[in-house]
Amino acid sequence: MRVEGYGLVDRARPVRFSFDGQGHEGFAGDTLASALLAGGMRLMGRSFKYHRPRGVFTCGSEEPSALMTVGDTPNVRATVQEVFAGLEARSQNAWPSLKWDALEVNDLLSPFLGAGFYYKTFMGPHRLWERLFEPVIRRAAGLGALSGARDAARYEKAFAHCDLLVIGAGPAGLMAALVAARSGAEVILADEGARMGGRMLLEDEEVGGLPGTLWADEVLAELAALPNVRLMPRTTVTGAYDHGTYGALERVALHLPDGDAPRECFWRIVARRAVLAAGAIERPIAHPGNDRPGVMLAGAVRGYLHRYGVAAGKRVVVFANNDDAHRTVQDLHAAGVRVAAVVDSRPEVPRDAPWPVHAGAVVAATRGRLGLEAVQVRGAGREIWIEADCLAVSGGWNPALHLTSHMGARPVWNEAIAAFVPLPGAVPGLEAAGAAAGVMDTAGCLADGLRAGKAALKALGRRTKAVSLPEAVAEVGGIDAFWQVQAKGRAWLDLQNDVTTKDVALAAQENFRSVEHMKRYTTQGMATDQGKTSNVTALAVLADATGRSIPATGTTTFRPPYTPVSIAAMGAGALGDGFAPQRFTTSDSAARQRGAPMIEAGLWYRPSYFPAPGEATWREASDREVGMVRQAVGVTDVSTLGKIDVQGRDAGRFLDFVYTGRMSTLKPGRVRYGLMLREDGHVMDDGTAARLNDGHYLITTTTAAAGQVMQHLDFVAQVLRPDLDVSLMSVTEQWAQFAVAGPRALELVNAVTDAEITDAEWPFMSCGAVPVAGVAGRLFRISFSGERGYEIAVPARYGESLWRLLVAQAEMLGGGPYGMEALNVLRIEKGFLTHAELHGRTTAFDLGMQGMLKSEGDFIGKAGAARPGLLADDREQLVGLRPVGAVKQLLAGAHLFEAGAEAVRENSQGYVTSAGYSPTLQSYLGLAFLKGGRARLGETVRMVDHLRSVQTLCEVVAPQVFDAGGGRMRG
Amino acid sequence: MRLPCPCCGDRDIREFTYRGAALARPGEGAGIDRWDDYLHLRDNPAGAVRDLWYHGGGCGAWLVVERDTVTHAVDGARLAAEGL
Ligand SMILES: [Zn+2]
Repeated sequence: MRVEGYGLVDRARPVRFSFDGQGHEGFAGDTLASALLAGGMRLMGRSFKYHRPRGVFTCGSEEPSALMTVGDTPNVRATVQEVFAGLEARSQNAWPSLKWDALEVNDLLSPFLGAGFYYKTFMGPHRLWERLFEPVIRRAAGLGALSGARDAARYEKAFAHCDLLVIGAGPAGLMAALVAARSGAEVILADEGARMGGRMLLEDEEVGGLPGTLWADEVLAELAALPNVRLMPRTTVTGAYDHGTYGALERVALHLPDGDAPRECFWRIVARRAVLAAGAIERPIAHPGNDRPGVMLAGAVRGYLHRYGVAAGKRVVVFANNDDAHRTVQDLHAAGVRVAAVVDSRPEVPRDAPWPVHAGAVVAATRGRLGLEAVQVRGAGREIWIEADCLAVSGGWNPALHLTSHMGARPVWNEAIAAFVPLPGAVPGLEAAGAAAGVMDTAGCLADGLRAGKAALKALGRRTKAVSLPEAVAEVGGIDAFWQVQAKGRAWLDLQNDVTTKDVALAAQENFRSVEHMKRYTTQGMATDQGKTSNVTALAVLADATGRSIPATGTTTFRPPYTPVSIAAMGAGALGDGFAPQRFTTSDSAARQRGAPMIEAGLWYRPSYFPAPGEATWREASDREVGMVRQAVGVTDVSTLGKIDVQGRDAGRFLDFVYTGRMSTLKPGRVRYGLMLREDGHVMDDGTAARLNDGHYLITTTTAAAGQVMQHLDFVAQVLRPDLDVSLMSVTEQWAQFAVAGPRALELVNAVTDAEITDAEWPFMSCGAVPVAGVAGRLFRISFSGERGYEIAVPARYGESLWRLLVAQAEMLGGGPYGMEALNVLRIEKGFLTHAELHGRTTAFDLGMQGMLKSEGDFIGKAGAARPGLLADDREQLVGLRPVGAVKQLLAGAHLFEAGAEAVRENSQGYVTSAGYSPTLQSYLGLAFLKGGRARLGETVRMVDHLRSVQTLCEVVAPQVFDAGGGRMRG
Repeated sequence: MRLPCPCCGDRDIREFTYRGAALARPGEGAGIDRWDDYLHLRDNPAGAVRDLWYHGGGCGAWLVVERDTVTHAVDGARLAAEGL
C-alpha cells in the first residue's frame, strides 16, 4: 500500500511491468520488491528445499528470499532490480504456480530432509544414489534455472585508478569522499544503489539542518561538479584483492529494456587508499514460523516507507531486542500505519506508548499459509495471538565488513553492539568507517567518515582542506543480545538455503562443532546471498548449542564476491573472436581468397589446404599438393615460425650455450640445424641458426614455442650469462618468409630474385642477403619437405605481394601453394619433427639425436640430459610405422602393443604422435615413440585406438622413410 | 597484484610470467645432487621469498622480486642481470 506524502519515487511517472504474466504498476524509482509490496503482493517465491512460500525480507542487496527471473536472468534480487516499462519477472522454484506448488510436499517430508540429509544419501548403495536421490534432489531443490540459450546481451569490462576509493555513499562515505575531493585527491565513490545516500534514503532524519536526503543531494552535487571525482552509482564493490585492487560490478543498463548499452560492466579499480563505508545489515531473531511472507526486517519496513512510500502491511507487529527497531514503530505510527503490538525481549522497555507494548516477551509462533495472518506473543506467563499481516523483526545490526575479510582476516567481536567489527589493517590500505566499523549513529558516522577521509589523505601525503561536520542524530540505541526463541516449531536462519536452528543444533550434536564444519554440514550461508542476514545469528545458535561464547566459537571469513557477479560480465569481450588475440600472416587474405580453410596454430591462422576445382575432400587437395612439391614446386607461408635476431660480440658463444650443437664455428653465410634443451635435459625446441655476419645470427623456432624460446633466451642472456655481449630481438612479425620447395624450386626462386641464384653460390644450408623484386630480402637454402628448398624472406610489408608473385610463378611451373596438411605429410615422410614429437617429455636420446650433444663445453640441459634414467635402453624411442595388415589406417594418439598382447594400459609399448597418408609411398605413415624402438625395426606391433575403434598391425621402421640419404634436398 | 619493474614502474601482474625461486645455476661439473637440488627441490616457505619474474608484456627484463607469500606484500624488484 502506498502512503501519501512518503517516498522518493516519482509518482508522476508510472511504470507498467509484469510478474508471472500479470500486469503490475509501479513508479519510476521503485524496485520490483517495492512495487509488488505497494500492490499488496507478499508471496514472491518458494524456498530452496522445502518449497515454503516466501516474501521479501529486506530492502537491499542482502535479500535472501525474493529472487526472481527477469527476462533470461535467474536469481535476480527483487530488492535491487529497478522496474522499467515492459519488465517481465517470473517467480522461481514453483510448479505449477507460485500459489500451488506441487513440491510443497517436501515441507511435509522435512523431518527427513534436515541438515546432512544430502550427505547421508551417500551412505546408501550407490545405485540408489545414482537412480533415485541424485535426480530427485536435483529436480526438487534449486533456485532459478538458466535458459540454456546463448547469452546474446552485451557486457563490458573496464579499469580505473584513483587515490581514494570510497565504498558506499551513506553519511560516512559522503564525508570521506567530500574531504578527499575538496583536498584535490582523485576520488571514486561507488555505491550499489541506483541513488546515492545510503541509509539516509531509508530514514526520516535531519543532517546539517536539512532532511538527510537533501543534504546527501547537496554533497553529491558538489562532488559531481569536481573534475577529480567519479561517481559510480549502481556499482557494487565485490572484492578486495592484493595491492589495492578492487573488483566492482556496475549494473549499467539492468534498469532499462535491452538496448545498445551493455547490461553490466565489471571494473578493476586500483586505489592507493580505500574507505569501506558499506553500512550495516540488520539481522533477524530466529523464532518459529519466521519465514512466512510478511515477516521482514524492521529496518526494511521503515526503509520501504521512507524510500518508496510503501507500507509493508496494514497491521504491523514489531519484534525486537533493541531500540533502533522502535524507530520503525514511531515512523509507521506517524505515517498512519497501524502498529498492532510491539514485542521486545528486554524486560525494561518504556510502556507509555499509543500502541500495545509487550516487554520481556517474544514471538513464539506465526500463522498464515501464503502470508502472515497472526503472530503468537508469549510473555509474562501467557500466550496471545495477535492478528498481523506484517511482522517487523530486528535482532540488531551487523557491520557490513565483508570486504575487510577478503584477504583472510577474521573480524572481532564487539560486546557493546553485540556484533563483529572489522579487524583494523585487515586489508592494507583499506579502512572501515561508519556503521561498517560499528559506529551506529548518524552523527558518529559523519564524524568517522571525515576521520577516515583525513587519514587517507595523510597516507597519500596530501594536505587536508577544512570540512565542517554537519549536525545529526547522535543517539546509539541500546541492545541486549538475543538470538533465538526457544519454542516448538521450525525457526529459520538461512532463508535461502532453508537452514533452521534445529539444523545447526543437529550439526553440533553430530559433532560438526567448528563453524566451518557446521556451515558445510547445514549449508548455512552458502546460497547466493552468502548468509548476509543469517550468519551471525547461526553462529550464536551454534555457540548456544556447544556451550561456548560467540568469540570462542569464531566466525567464517567472507570471500569475494560480496554479491553475485555474472560470469558474462567478468568474461566480457572474451566470447567468439574476442576469446584470444588472432595473428594473421601477410598471405592470409590471399589464402582465404583461394578458399583455403584456415586452422589455428597457437594464435596464428594458417591455411589447411588450397582446394582446386573438382576436389571433394581435403585429402584430395592435400595429396595433390604433396605430389606437386615432390614433382614440381610448392610455396607455403612459414612466417609464423619464430625468428629471433641475435647480435653481439659473443653471439656465437651465447648460442653455443643454448643449443646442444656448436654455432660459433658456423661460417657467415651458413645455416645449421639446432636443438635446444631445457635445463632438465628434455628437448625444448628445434630450429635453425643462420649466421648472417660475424656478430649477427638469425635463429628460428617452431611456431608453437616462439614465445617460450624468446623468454628462455632472455633468461639465459640476463640471468645465466650476463657476462656475454649479446642482444636479442624477436623479428617474427617484421619478416614475411615463404618456403619454396620441389625439384623446380631454383627456377621459381630465380623468377623472383634480382640476382642469379646458383647451386655453386647457394649450396644446401647456405644463407645470405638477396634482392627480391627490388627489395632487400634474405634467402635461406633449407628444407622441411625433403625436397630442394629455399626460404625467401622480405620485410613484412612486402609479404603479400611477394606471396602473390610466388604463387603465380609457381603455377606457371606446374606448382602452386600448399597448406598445413601437405606440409605435415611431407615432413612425416622425412621423419622431421614438430611439437607432436617435441612435446616436453622427450629427450635427444629418445629422438635418436644423442649425437647432437656436444661433448666440449657447458650448455643448457647438458647435465640434465646425462642423468642415467634419461638414457635407458627401454625408453620410448622415436620410430616410424607402416601398416602391414588388412587395416591401413594410422591415427595419432593411439597406443602400441605387442601383436599378441591385450590392449590395456599396463601393456602399452608406446604411442603414435603423428600420422598421415603419404601419396608418394601410397601408404599411411606414422611417427611414434616405442619402448626400445630403435632395436625393434622390422618388428610387427599392433596400434589400438580405443576411442575410434581402430586396430592396425604395423611394421616398425626408421623414422625417415623417403629419400633417407637426403639426396633430393642437397641437390 | 602489481610488481615494481625497475624499467617500467608499477605494472599489473598479468604482464609478468613467474619462474620460481631465484637460485644460482650449478657450474660445469657440479654433482648430480647439486643438479637435483637446483632442478627439483624447493623450500616453499610461508613468508619471505626471492623469485624470478619475466616482464614479457613489458620491457623483457628478468626481475628478482622480494615478496611475502603470507601477506602478499612486495618489498621490491631489481634486474636479475645485476646478479641473483
Ligand atoms: Zn619492465
